[in-house]
Amino acid sequence: MTTTTRTPPVPATEAPRRPRRGTSRGTVLFYAVLLLFAVLYIYPFVIQLGTAFKTNVDSTAHPLNPWPSHWSTAAFRQLADADFPRWFANSVFVTLCVTAGRVFFDSLAGYALARLHFFGRDMLFDAVLAVMAVPGVVLLIPKFLVLNQLGMYNSYSGMIVPLLVDAAGVFIMRQFFLSVPLSVEEAARVDGASTFRTFWSVVLPMARPALITLTILSFQGSWNELPHFIVSRQDPKLNTLTTGVASLVTGQYGSGNQYPLKLAAALLMTIPVALVFFTFQRHFTRGGTEGAVKG
Amino acid sequence: MATATVQLRPRVRRGGIRGREGTAGWVFVAPVVVVLGLFLVIPILMAAWVSLSDWTGKGSPLSSKVGFVGLDNYKAILTTDGLARSDFMTSIRNNFYYVLLVVPLQTLLALGLALTLNRQRLRAKSFFRTAYYFPSVTSSVAVSIVFLFVFSSSGVVNAALAKIGVNGPQWFADPRGILQLLLGKLGIVDANSPPGALTNHSVLGLSWWDWLSGPSVAMCAIIALVVWTTAGTFMLMFLAALQDIPVEVEESAELDGATGWQRLRFVTLPMLRPTMFLVLTLGLIGTWQVFDQIYIMSQGDPGKTTLTPAYLSFTTSFKSFQWGQGTAMSFILFAIIVALTLLQRWFLRDRSDEAPRRRRRTLARGGTS
Repeated sequence: MTTTTRTPPVPATEAPRRPRRGTSRGTVLFYAVLLLFAVLYIYPFVIQLGTAFKTNVDSTAHPLNPWPSHWSTAAFRQLADADFPRWFANSVFVTLCVTAGRVFFDSLAGYALARLHFFGRDMLFDAVLAVMAVPGVVLLIPKFLVLNQLGMYNSYSGMIVPLLVDAAGVFIMRQFFLSVPLSVEEAARVDGASTFRTFWSVVLPMARPALITLTILSFQGSWNELPHFIVSRQDPKLNTLTTGVASLVTGQYGSGNQYPLKLAAALLMTIPVALVFFTFQRHFTRGGTEGAVKG
Repeated sequence: MATATVQLRPRVRRGGIRGREGTAGWVFVAPVVVVLGLFLVIPILMAAWVSLSDWTGKGSPLSSKVGFVGLDNYKAILTTDGLARSDFMTSIRNNFYYVLLVVPLQTLLALGLALTLNRQRLRAKSFFRTAYYFPSVTSSVAVSIVFLFVFSSSGVVNAALAKIGVNGPQWFADPRGILQLLLGKLGIVDANSPPGALTNHSVLGLSWWDWLSGPSVAMCAIIALVVWTTAGTFMLMFLAALQDIPVEVEESAELDGATGWQRLRFVTLPMLRPTMFLVLTLGLIGTWQVFDQIYIMSQGDPGKTTLTPAYLSFTTSFKSFQWGQGTAMSFILFAIIVALTLLQRWFLRDRSDEAPRRRRRTLARGGTS
């Protein structure tokens, strides 16, 4: 993805458009625009980082300057004393369950849809494609209705189970399994391995790239999930980072200007995703385009 | 490949293995089927029932005490005069302006960034790509909080504006519509006493003056945030598509004497059409669902100018306990999204077959049309 292997065009007619040296005015302007956008994209995060260590007064007096005039960790101490650790623990727990579930169930279903012959398979695949097209926000209230009816409202199970599988993940895994050569499984079959055994010990290990992509997408998706946790629980003890931190803004601290506190909370919830992002960047970019090409 | 197995396997091992494979297949997909059925299919059916009922949130919506009211809930938000309809129409108006600005802006920004990053001799390419994409993977809650600070009245944007002598607005407290402000500035309409022709006549419970307000100042801050966050994702899609364009195509166009602009207009853009369709469709679907940012940043305020159907259906159900109306709004929103996607598909397909091919042919013939 990074480097295109384009040979430079025959140096015939239009020299001005493609300057040889990086010093022409056009090139300078070009980089200036790119840098301007980079600043627009990075500066908010720099401000966030700096303001988290400021005092309340400092944050509103010098908003443009990210460098605190008095370093203060008051915001972080305040968070540690409040419910923040609990929210963090809930987010970790829910995210781990959801990610594990999605990786396992999505690849099971993806494998069956790609390789096993069973009655109704094509219909089921069409259904998975249709499900991907249902807008999530439309389902918010309906999901609450069912969770309530099943007695799963306000419980970890209600927060986790509905997220355990996702149609897009099934689709990604199916596409991957279609590309695995059939002969591999045939060999295992001949040796007498069961279907699950063939799947688990032969085909799944080959799907590592797809599994990594799915793991990362699931992690990021469930860590950042907000609407589902709004409608699946009410108890403050079940707050995840998203709902908890959102309550900092909309609730008791909403009216005051406690920006260092809010930005520190936002910063802390960004760190895990940022770590995963910078470690697995390649897979992120791949997943972003892979999941997108739906039907 | 698939057909080969279908023919082969039953012949090699008669009956049995197929039967066992069938069972295994269903066992493998069972978790997905159960979860999607329980939390997708059944919810839709149940919500369809609730949207036709007078359930108030107490007890089960399926109990015998809940009454069937037919299309009353739909009528209340679509045809009957009253607060329910004017709120819903206000949310549609707000979301309409939001879509009208966000979709083109995010697509143009994404395309522009992708085209620049696709230049062959770009230094620090991966740095720029990372910078532009990173906001897309972070939580909407975290990013919204950052923008609340950036756009607060004593925040970054206003501090920067003050440096150039502009007095910035109180972004999240300013309900004025920018179209009305613009008309006022140009002296066409006095925003304080709008003409009776516009205020006295109403469509669907909102006066013309209200319909023509444009996005509010508060909504503009949210629009800026969303364009900023989503452009990165779509940039990646454009980048992937750009890298699939064979080098030869652009080179031959260049040899034929096409200028940079002509190459973009007649070669690159037509080849990006499928991606453009995808980006616009995902953009339309996403923008009609805006919820997180509204929930965190404005809760529909100021003056209901950031109310959107998704957020309104949520508050109507969970805060006002008008579950019938809330679910009815969800279904109407669903219908809007489906209708727009189909419309767009039809619109883009109509032109994609003929026009670009003809243009490309003209270009190939050496014409600089």
